[in-house]
Amino acid sequence: MSLTLEQVQRIAHLARIEVSAAEAMSTQGHLNGIFQLIEQMQAVDTQGVAPMAHAQDVCQRLRPDAVSEGDRRAAYQAVAPETEAGLYLVPKVIE
Amino acid sequence: MIQKSLKHLAQALASKAISSVELSTLFLDRIDRLNPEINAFVTVDREKSLQMAVAADARIAAGTAGPLTGIPIAQKDIFCAEGWRTTCGSKMLANFVSPYDATVIDKMHRQAGLVSLGKTNMDEFAMGSSNETSFFGPVRNPWDRSRVPGGSSGGSAAAVAARLAPAATGTDTGGSIRQPAALCNLTGLKPTYGVVSRYGMIAFASSLDQAGPMAASAEDCALLLNTMVGFDERDSTSLDRPVEDYTAHLEQPLAGLRIGLPKEFFGEGCDPAVMAAVQEAIAEYRRLGASTVDVSLPNSHLSVPAYYVIAPAEASSNLSRFDGVRYGYRAPDYANLDELYAKSRAQGFGAEVKRRILIGTYVLSHGYYDAYYLQAQRIRRLIANDFVDAFKSCDVILGPTSPSTAFKLGEKAADPVQMYLSDIYTIAVNLAGLPGMSIPCGFAEGLPVGLQLVGNYFAEAQLLNVAHRYQQATDWHVRQPADLA
Repeated sequence: MSLTLEQVQRIAHLARIEVSAAEAMSTQGHLNGIFQLIEQMQAVDTQGVAPMAHAQDVCQRLRPDAVSEGDRRAAYQAVAPETEAGLYLVPKVIE
Repeated sequence: MIQKSLKHLAQALASKAISSVELSTLFLDRIDRLNPEINAFVTVDREKSLQMAVAADARIAAGTAGPLTGIPIAQKDIFCAEGWRTTCGSKMLANFVSPYDATVIDKMHRQAGLVSLGKTNMDEFAMGSSNETSFFGPVRNPWDRSRVPGGSSGGSAAAVAARLAPAATGTDTGGSIRQPAALCNLTGLKPTYGVVSRYGMIAFASSLDQAGPMAASAEDCALLLNTMVGFDERDSTSLDRPVEDYTAHLEQPLAGLRIGLPKEFFGEGCDPAVMAAVQEAIAEYRRLGASTVDVSLPNSHLSVPAYYVIAPAEASSNLSRFDGVRYGYRAPDYANLDELYAKSRAQGFGAEVKRRILIGTYVLSHGYYDAYYLQAQRIRRLIANDFVDAFKSCDVILGPTSPSTAFKLGEKAADPVQMYLSDIYTIAVNLAGLPGMSIPCGFAEGLPVGLQLVGNYFAEAQLLNVAHRYQQATDWHVRQPADLA
C-alpha cells in the first residue's frame, strides 16, 4: 500500500494539522516507509482471535454519580491562551 | 555523597549525617555545572526544590519521615506537577505550568517526602528512542557526548548516569525506560500495566503507557517502586491489588530459577558485541544456580508493526486535546476556528509527533479500521499468548534490551523506520502488559550493554530479586563515566 499526496492532505485535514505542499512530499515518503513496515501484519491469519485492548481482563469500573472534584475553574483557565469572563475565546463560529 | 545508593543516602539522612537541604544543594550545584553540556534537565527551580528539602528535614526532625523522605530525585517532564512547568518535550506545552499534580508526583513528593530536583528532557510526547525529537534539544549520553542516551526517558537516564540525580522516574510505552537505561548503564523497571497510576502522566498510548523507576541498582529501583505503586480511582485502568514491599525478596537465592531464552531474541539483527555480553550474563546466572530453558515467542517479529498501528492510533486520539483553545500553544495568526486548530497543531507539534498522529488518524479512519487497528489488536493477543506459553516452562525471560549500544546523534534521525527498530526487543513486553527490566551487563567498545529481564504479570518483586542477586555478583552497575566520577 502507498499513500498518494492527495491522501496525505486528506489525513492531515482529518487530524487538523496544516501541511504545506512541500511538507506533504516528505511526509508522504516517511509515511509510506512506515506503512511498508506495518503491512507485514496483513499476511497473518488472525481468524477467531479476539482483539486485545488491554493487558488485564478487567471490567470498566463504575463510580457513584456524585460530584467528586472541587471548583478549580480559575486555576485551569489560567493556562488557557485566551479567556474572558470565565469563557474560552475562539474565532466566531456561528454567523 | 553524589555516588551513594538510595539506601546509603536514606541512612545518612536518618542519622542526621547530612540534611536534605545539604544533599539537595550538592545535586543542584552539580546540575548547574554539568547540565549545560548534557541537557538532561529542561526545568530546574532551586527555590522550589529547597522548599521541599526544608519540609523533608522538618519531617525527619519530627520523626514522621518515610524511608526515602529528603532524598532528591529527577522527574521526567511527562508528569504534571503543580506549579512546575510541564512540557512533555514539546513546543505545544513549552509554557504550560500545571495546575495539578499527577498521582506519581503526589505519592513521591507529598506523601513519601522525596525532593524534586526538576524536570528531565524527553522525546516529544515520549515519541522517540533517542531523545532527539525534544523541542528543547537533544540530550547527550554521559558515556560519550557524541551519542544519544536513548529515549524517550533520555533526560532521566542521562541525569542519573552523570549523577546529576541519584535516581529518576521514567515512562515506558514501547521501551522508553529500558532502552535508555541500557544505553546509559542504569537499572530501569517497567511495571505490569496498571500497577502505577497514569493520572496526570501526559498520555501517549493509554493501553501501553506505564511509569517506573530508573536508578543505579535494583535495590534503588525497589525502594522507589514502593513509593510509586497503588490503586488510584482517578485512573480507569489502575488495578486494585494488595500492596507489596518490593525490597522484601531481594536477597532470595536464585537456585532453582528457570530462565527462558527466547530464540527470537538471540537471532540475527543484534550487534555481536552486545550478544557476547548477554551470553556472559547467562553464564553468571548459571553460576548463581539458575538453569536455562529454550523458549519461543513465535509472533515477536510482529510486535513492531502492531505497535506502530496501536500506539499512533491511541496517540492521535489522546493528542486531539491539544487544540490551541484550553491550554498549550496557539498560533498567532488565523482567520477562523478551523485554521486556529490546524495552524496551532502544525506549529506546536514536531515532525515525529505529526507523523504518528497522521498514521493513527489513517488507521482509525472509515474503511481502514478493520484492516489495521483490529488486525493489530488481534496480533497483540497472539503476542501476549506467546508469553503465556513461554512462562509455562520458565520463571523469567532473558535477552538483550537493545540490539545495539548507544548510537551517534543524528545517525538514525532521518529514517523513522530504523529508529523504530531499536525497540525491537522491548515492544512485545508493552503489548503483553508484562513487567520488564534492563540491567547493566557489560560494555562493548566502552559503551554500556543492557540485559533485559521479563517477568510474568505482577512479578516485579521476583524481577528485582533476579536483578539484585546478579548485581551482588557483578560490578557493571556501579561503573560510571571516568570523567564524571
